[in-house]
Amino acid sequence: MSKTIETVDDVVIRFAGDSGDGMQLTGTQFTNTTALVGNDLSTLPDYPAEIRAPAGTLFGVSSFQLRFSSWDILTPGDQPDVLVAMNPAALKVHLKDLKKSGLILANTDSFDDKNLALAGFPENPLVDDSLHEYQVIEVPITKLTLNALQGIGLSQKEMVRCKNFFALGLMYWMYSRPMEPTESWIKQKFGSEPKIAEANDKALKAGYYYGESTEVFASRFEVKPAQLNPGLYRNITGNEATALGVVAAAKKAGIPLFYASYPITPASDILHNLSGYKNYGVKTFQAEDEIAAAGVAVGAAYAGNLAVTGTSGPGAALKSETISLGVMLELPLVIVDVQRGGPSTGLPTKTEQSDLLFVMYGRDGEAPAPVIAAATPADCFHMAYEAARIAVKYMTPVYLLTDGYLGNGSEPWLVPDSKDLPAIPVTFRTDPENFHPYARNENNVRPWALPGTPGLEHRIGGLEKANITGNVSYDPDNHDFMVHLRAEKVAGIAKDIPLQEVYGEQNGELLVVSWGGTFGAVRSTVDKMRKKGYKLSHAHLRYLNPFPRNLGEILKSFEKIFVPEINLGQLAQLLRSEYLIDVVQFNKVRGLPLRSMELEQAIVKTLEANPAQGKRS
Amino acid sequence: MAGTNGNGEAVKQSPAQPKKYTAKDFASDQDVRWCPGCGDYSVLAQVQRILPDLDVPKEKQIFISGIGCSSRFPYYMNAYGVHGIHGRAPAIASGVKSANPDLTVWVATGDGDALSIGGNHFIHAMRRNIGLKILMFNNRIYGLTKGQYSPTSELGKKSKSSPFGSIDYPFNPVQLSLGAEGTFVARSMDRDPKHLQQVLLRAGKHDGTAFVEIFQNCNVFNDGAYLLYTEKETRSDNVLFIEHGKPLVFGKDNDKGIKLEGFTPKVVSLKDGKHSISDLLVYDETAYELAVLVATFGDRPGFPVPIGVFFQIHRESYEKMMTDQIEAVTKKRGNGDLDKLLKSGNTWVVTAN
Repeated sequence: MSKTIETVDDVVIRFAGDSGDGMQLTGTQFTNTTALVGNDLSTLPDYPAEIRAPAGTLFGVSSFQLRFSSWDILTPGDQPDVLVAMNPAALKVHLKDLKKSGLILANTDSFDDKNLALAGFPENPLVDDSLHEYQVIEVPITKLTLNALQGIGLSQKEMVRCKNFFALGLMYWMYSRPMEPTESWIKQKFGSEPKIAEANDKALKAGYYYGESTEVFASRFEVKPAQLNPGLYRNITGNEATALGVVAAAKKAGIPLFYASYPITPASDILHNLSGYKNYGVKTFQAEDEIAAAGVAVGAAYAGNLAVTGTSGPGAALKSETISLGVMLELPLVIVDVQRGGPSTGLPTKTEQSDLLFVMYGRDGEAPAPVIAAATPADCFHMAYEAARIAVKYMTPVYLLTDGYLGNGSEPWLVPDSKDLPAIPVTFRTDPENFHPYARNENNVRPWALPGTPGLEHRIGGLEKANITGNVSYDPDNHDFMVHLRAEKVAGIAKDIPLQEVYGEQNGELLVVSWGGTFGAVRSTVDKMRKKGYKLSHAHLRYLNPFPRNLGEILKSFEKIFVPEINLGQLAQLLRSEYLIDVVQFNKVRGLPLRSMELEQAIVKTLEANPAQGKRS
Repeated sequence: MAGTNGNGEAVKQSPAQPKKYTAKDFASDQDVRWCPGCGDYSVLAQVQRILPDLDVPKEKQIFISGIGCSSRFPYYMNAYGVHGIHGRAPAIASGVKSANPDLTVWVATGDGDALSIGGNHFIHAMRRNIGLKILMFNNRIYGLTKGQYSPTSELGKKSKSSPFGSIDYPFNPVQLSLGAEGTFVARSMDRDPKHLQQVLLRAGKHDGTAFVEIFQNCNVFNDGAYLLYTEKETRSDNVLFIEHGKPLVFGKDNDKGIKLEGFTPKVVSLKDGKHSISDLLVYDETAYELAVLVATFGDRPGFPVPIGVFFQIHRESYEKMMTDQIEAVTKKRGNGDLDKLLKSGNTWVVTAN
């Protein structure tokens, strides 16, 4: 039986189920296959903080959203077109996001009384007509999986666990994806367990052919490859990209990479990735705590390595004192903060932008540190590289802000050739003649003098230093001088970073100013609105301290500045205090990326408002 | 516990090391600013004295400290030095040592720095057996903050922050470091320069974490804390010098000893005709259980406080395993090629149309 193939250009699928249902795996497989097909894509994994929450509960729902398209996309999408609901709880949690008339693929086998009660459905929504606004496709996924695996020699429990591959196979059929990439992945992954491999493979195929052979599906879809710039692409998450960025920087700088870290969600993947790169000379150190990780990194920096420590908000708080020491010692250090929902343990697996003011100011004393932020998952590579460049060139701790959305989310990355990456020159001081540990070059930067170098024996420490000699100094005027000098050194980096670019007209009524992981949501919204005829421009900041040196001029060229953030207005505060202008804030702190619809509404409201009033919506 | 006696193991020598240093070569040009009469002066002098015997070039010696009086130590050494932050010296030092295992890394710390605010880093450095030589100046008081009780102050200690006596039980630093899997654990005293030099030299040559507790007198805030152990008249009855292979003898004219009855140690007289030296426990610094037992002597009424090397074994150091693992993986997978790494994973090619 052949079915019609409908061509669509943009699809958002959300796989949702129990945290033990393998939804992250299913989503990742669909993503990898989709990348190979050549679509542009963007992903949003969302999982509970509990590793294996009780089955069937609302808080145990894990999901993976994937958007793929025939054109260049910037976000994983606001609203799914398709919701794969492996149980009632998954339906309950995610239904509100689904597009009206969107498709629900429900595993009817899990819609029993117990699961319905756990999900808080008084009646079975599959039968009570409450889903009439959607297209519901009911598939007994568990039963069909079991049927397909009869006689394979696995326990009932093991066979049931293969049901996510049935769902994956079905979605492959529906969106005309090849099964080969997952088939070979299964072979590789379960090579030592041939029965499990066979079962997953069979379940995958059973799902695929179920779509082909049943009457339930009238048609299937096709999403043609996107027109991306030519080159070699790699699907990459932000955390992978961050890891690669610092490896590349160390290689280009000709010094070893040293990564010291304490496991913390959502930053641990950076440690996992780097710990596998031993043959690149990468040293990783899993420290006893966050403070130790920062201390170890400072030590490694003193000894001449490219020292990096990664963490998330609570860990950044613990590292703070050590980073102040780094400021005083004037040693290069990259601190990656993969931001998550706070305060305290907050929403550890969700995203947020609420550490900006903390990394700007959260240190004892006048302790300036450069702060930069990645805009997209792939941009984490470039900004990690940039953080390393600034750190070694200016002998300073540098904060790189990413977030849970960037860290776990993925997108296709046009892989650069290492020869095209900017040089990172590093010179260690070796000449004892006239050596002074706190002497400075034209950028106010002191020499990097490594222990082990004959004739340069010197002492550094957290006590205030006399300029040039680096000896301990309690002199009031020296302290005043040094406090200013450290601030000037960091401020001076402004001349070494790119000018801020404005997307759209260079002046006008409204400029949207964003930073970090909101890039995709903001840029696509601005684009959409410009196509509708709205007059607005967009400046996305990747350099937050110092700001690009033309930012003040840009801000003054627009009547209204609109600043959307996943916090209560932290960049807004910085802009106000730095440039003495007011800005309109848009703040949604849901632990999730900003939604395009909401953004658009808020921008429209701002455009319509009388300029004299309502600057803060 | 498996292991061999690492006694006498030499640190790696730099081949180009023609110069023979003297103690003076290790003195920096900075004025020493400890209080006159402070026990720290002696520790500084003994360290400077033994360094020439390590045959490690000056530029490969690095001293790292935390916060406290003793943590000013690096400023007074003509070597590399980092005066860090409170309690974090072992962490900073671990970074230096793992980044460059060729360096001889010393940590100068105190009882508050190492055991209070830095307790976590202290025990984990021990557990990893990373090549640090941790010298803990134990004056049983907070000196730099002017006289609060410390984690080694005795129960009931009256101090600025405990006017009615402290209600904190103290740590026994030797027991703590044995419990934390230290591979070299020793104790010495500021006022016994010869003994201190011997212990420091052995610590300097140990491969792995070496821990030396140094009884150090704070003549301003806790003067006389160790008088019983350091003064000629009282020392022999109150101090037990432990030595590998020697029976546990102490007292004036070596008239007392310690023997074991079952699991219980007992002080016996060698003059009462009932016991001879052959009845006594013979010290074995490679025997972990013995070290743990003897470490408790100072806390037992009627027992002398033991001084010397409690424990030394050889165990592969953290930095060695780190280097070996990198070499092994590199041998297996080949030298990492950056472009290959960037282009690995889930890739595809988009061609121009």
